[in-house]
Amino acid sequence: MIARRWLALFATVALLLCTVTAHAQQRSVTLWHAYRGAEQQALEQVLRAFEREHPGVTITSLAVPFDAYASKLEAAIPRGNGPDLFIDAHERLPSYRARNIIESAAPALGQLARTDTGPDLEPLALEAVTSSDGSERYGVPLALKCLALFVDEELWERAGRPSLETVEGIAAARSALPREAYPLVYYGANAYFHAAFLHAFGGQLFDDRRGTYAFTGAAALQSLEYVQRLLRDRVVPAEVDGASVTPYFRSGRAMTVISGPWFVGELGDARRFRVVPLPRVTSTGRALSPLVTVEVAYLARNAHAPALAAELAAYFASPSAARTRALIGRQVVATPSAWSDPALAADRILAPFRRAARDGKLMPTHGNMRLSWEPANQAIRRALRDPAATRVALEQGQHRYDDASRPLPSRRSPLPLQLVLGVLALGLVFRSVQRARDPAFRYAVKQSMPAYAYVTHAVVIVTLLVVLPLVLGAITSLYAGRDGALEYVGAANYWDIITARGGPLFTSGTFYAVLLVTVVWTLANLALHVSIGVALALLLSRPLLKLRALYRVLLIIPWAVPSYVTALAWKGMFHRQTGAINAMLAALGVEPVSWFAQFSTAFTANVATNTWLGFPFMMVVTIGALAAIPKDLYEAAEVDGATPWQQFRHITLPLLKPTLLPSVSMGAVWTFNQFNVIFLVSGGEPDGATEILVTEAYRWAFTRQAQYGYAAAYAVLIFGVLVLGTRLLERLTTPPHARGGAR
Amino acid sequence: MREHSRKGPWWLEPLSHFVLLLAVAFALYPVLWVVSLALDGVQRPVARAIPWPESPSLDNFRAIIFARGNTGEWLFGRQLANSILVSAATALTAIAIATPAAYALARFPSFVGAKGGTKALLATQMFPGVASAVPLYMLLDKLRLLDTRSGLVLVYATTAVPFAIFQLRGAFETIPKDLEEAAMVDGATRFQAFVKVVLPAARPALAVTALFAFMSAWNEFILAATFLSRESAFTLPVALQRHVGEYDAAWGKFAAGSIIVSVPVMALFYALQKHLVGGLTSGGVKG
Repeated sequence: MIARRWLALFATVALLLCTVTAHAQQRSVTLWHAYRGAEQQALEQVLRAFEREHPGVTITSLAVPFDAYASKLEAAIPRGNGPDLFIDAHERLPSYRARNIIESAAPALGQLARTDTGPDLEPLALEAVTSSDGSERYGVPLALKCLALFVDEELWERAGRPSLETVEGIAAARSALPREAYPLVYYGANAYFHAAFLHAFGGQLFDDRRGTYAFTGAAALQSLEYVQRLLRDRVVPAEVDGASVTPYFRSGRAMTVISGPWFVGELGDARRFRVVPLPRVTSTGRALSPLVTVEVAYLARNAHAPALAAELAAYFASPSAARTRALIGRQVVATPSAWSDPALAADRILAPFRRAARDGKLMPTHGNMRLSWEPANQAIRRALRDPAATRVALEQGQHRYDDASRPLPSRRSPLPLQLVLGVLALGLVFRSVQRARDPAFRYAVKQSMPAYAYVTHAVVIVTLLVVLPLVLGAITSLYAGRDGALEYVGAANYWDIITARGGPLFTSGTFYAVLLVTVVWTLANLALHVSIGVALALLLSRPLLKLRALYRVLLIIPWAVPSYVTALAWKGMFHRQTGAINAMLAALGVEPVSWFAQFSTAFTANVATNTWLGFPFMMVVTIGALAAIPKDLYEAAEVDGATPWQQFRHITLPLLKPTLLPSVSMGAVWTFNQFNVIFLVSGGEPDGATEILVTEAYRWAFTRQAQYGYAAAYAVLIFGVLVLGTRLLERLTTPPHARGGAR
Repeated sequence: MREHSRKGPWWLEPLSHFVLLLAVAFALYPVLWVVSLALDGVQRPVARAIPWPESPSLDNFRAIIFARGNTGEWLFGRQLANSILVSAATALTAIAIATPAAYALARFPSFVGAKGGTKALLATQMFPGVASAVPLYMLLDKLRLLDTRSGLVLVYATTAVPFAIFQLRGAFETIPKDLEEAAMVDGATRFQAFVKVVLPAARPALAVTALFAFMSAWNEFILAATFLSRESAFTLPVALQRHVGEYDAAWGKFAAGSIIVSVPVMALFYALQKHLVGGLTSGGVKG
């Protein structure tokens, strides 16, 4: 009776809650974006204005870190946890369509003001959101992003106001500038930036219509040779990466810089500058034409308030909101009528960017475009490092692309697997029944009951939250597919990896080559960790040492700072131009080293970083182990006249070994799978040669079109190697007589 | 006489200090670079060997600490609180799950399934977690724990459990059985003996294990960014990562944020450093 009353009450409350939330849902919109700084500020202003114009509507916006953005969208939207609306670049459109997480933008585009040709939007931007067959449009284009030329007025005047119309005009400033300044600075080793040069020679990175890699042939060769000449003539500084362009410009050592709108925010008011469209190449007469990316407001599938989301997307592109985004967020907005605003039309930064975008080429959207960045970047880096190998570098790029885009293995019937699993399951059942009948086993289980009281909860939780996700991950390795559409292919992924996808087994990038690097990496690190750790621990354990506590605190600092921070600090220290390591070498009279240009130095840089990260752990473990060695052993040895070395050799080492071994094998596993250091310090440079198995798996999963199945197969193989490796270590280190009794 | 020989020759003392100072320089140098980057508004493209800011200012720190959300709330405060809450809860949960299991493995080493279970635990440490983010997401979604701090704590704590079990099992093995047996002779149940006798004796190891769990949660950002969908629920590393964009990065702010994130962990290390030595050694992983 009472139960029924409670139930009724509960149902009423639940009903009430449901109607309340349903009501609230209709009037609230969720927006995800990856904007920062001024862009974010402008976006928030636009949102508040929308809320003012639509009383009762609340907009929740979430700024997601760029690194986690795409994966978060792809995980959340299919399960109904995603936003109603999100902002991202247009080149991800095909992938989002393939994953079925966006809707047609027709309801939003229909609300926009119209011109003679269509909605009030830049034609190039509209083209970016149109499906390849032209039938449907996905998303409302908001802004264009591309490259333009930043000119330092002071240096330009000092160089005698050379022509900025052509690259040759800019290059002519070389002789008029001081030695440490450069006529042109840009992120040369990057395909996004190099594409501007490539387009000036009539080439392209990727043929969007045919869906093929196009960074080959005469145009590619000519564009690379052109840049090599600029480098040789010191028009452009060597080895500039994205982060070092800003300091060049801010310190007055770059007359011009090729960069995007984001660059403005980093300049502050340190220099007087202006922006102009990119120059021409005299010999071809064509302008450096930048790749244009369009920022798009996508309507998400499974939206809670689709109509309101469409209204908001249209509002973003309206002239008034576009003006806010342009003037405050400094965006090159894609709404033409907004530019009739005098403040905007005369803007000395945005207006030139708009002109530059009109000369630009739309970033290809074909799904395979994302596969071509890595090969193209590697080809450019190699060619700029070693001009003699330009042709080889381009061929390698094509080969790498072919490798990553090879056709997927064909679909197989899962029947054999099901049969095998069925037989295994039957066998397991049979065995457990047999064991359960065995009185000895029953007795053992009974004896184990007290232990189960302590472990059951841990077993359940670990199985559910640790083992299950890993097993699911491992099962993915039997599937193949790009962009999330997976099909069962049996062991094809493993076969591909083990046979090096039909190529020679020991060239760079194959499983065996990477495995070799990984093993060498692990051994080198372990040797350094253990020897440095033990040496410092021995010093710190000297009984009469002064300042011991202080030393100990200072020496464990590398362990306490997050490794993703310090790995980046180390990468900066190995920078060719601005790195502290080269500064120290210069003080010793040694030529600067391009650390990431050869395998040996890049590998050294990785090992140095990881040694720094890992020695404190070994040191602390050893200090503890040393403290546990009974003092009287040493005293007895001394009475017997043993030298300090003999004491170390015959007492310290043998007693240290058993306590250190577990930590060493744990350290080996961690180092084997050390992702952060490789990924952040060398990033696999040069040419992917310093990649280890985990980072290779990561690349298959995240930069080569989400080939999760392939990445999972790598993960399973890593697991297999580690199991074998630790077994081997155990065999080698356990004395034969102890083996039988080991648990 | 013996004192003399244990002290070794006269040059041993200065030599040890020399080597240790060298090691300290090695350990501190990159950290000093991060500090100088955080204090320095302007970077120069000139290689310098000495990490010293050119125009020191606290602007970057101010920008991080006084960051406000779009509703005017003090975001940094919220996110700091989130981080502390999530990491502390992770440490406690991991300890709560791992301690009894580790005790069982230490005291009943031959119960049925102990061997297989230990092997499975070790195996989880060897499997790279590259692909487990999506399955975990689906799982939390099913459990309706997505976008909650409890969900995050659950994931962090369980991933910390295997290592914690190894760590604590080693610690319990070094505690003499006689201690609990004496208590049990006096009429305590095994569980009482475990709680009242064994746990206090294992305090250093518990502290160190908790520190590791705390640290792993404190520094993680990929899973946090994937599972959380409200800025006010973000942890500090997620907020920190927002300063690194696709084309550009606010390195000064990133460095300032990193220092702020690192300070609490360094303080914990400092507070626990005595235990660290004892706590780590008694542990260790045995297959």
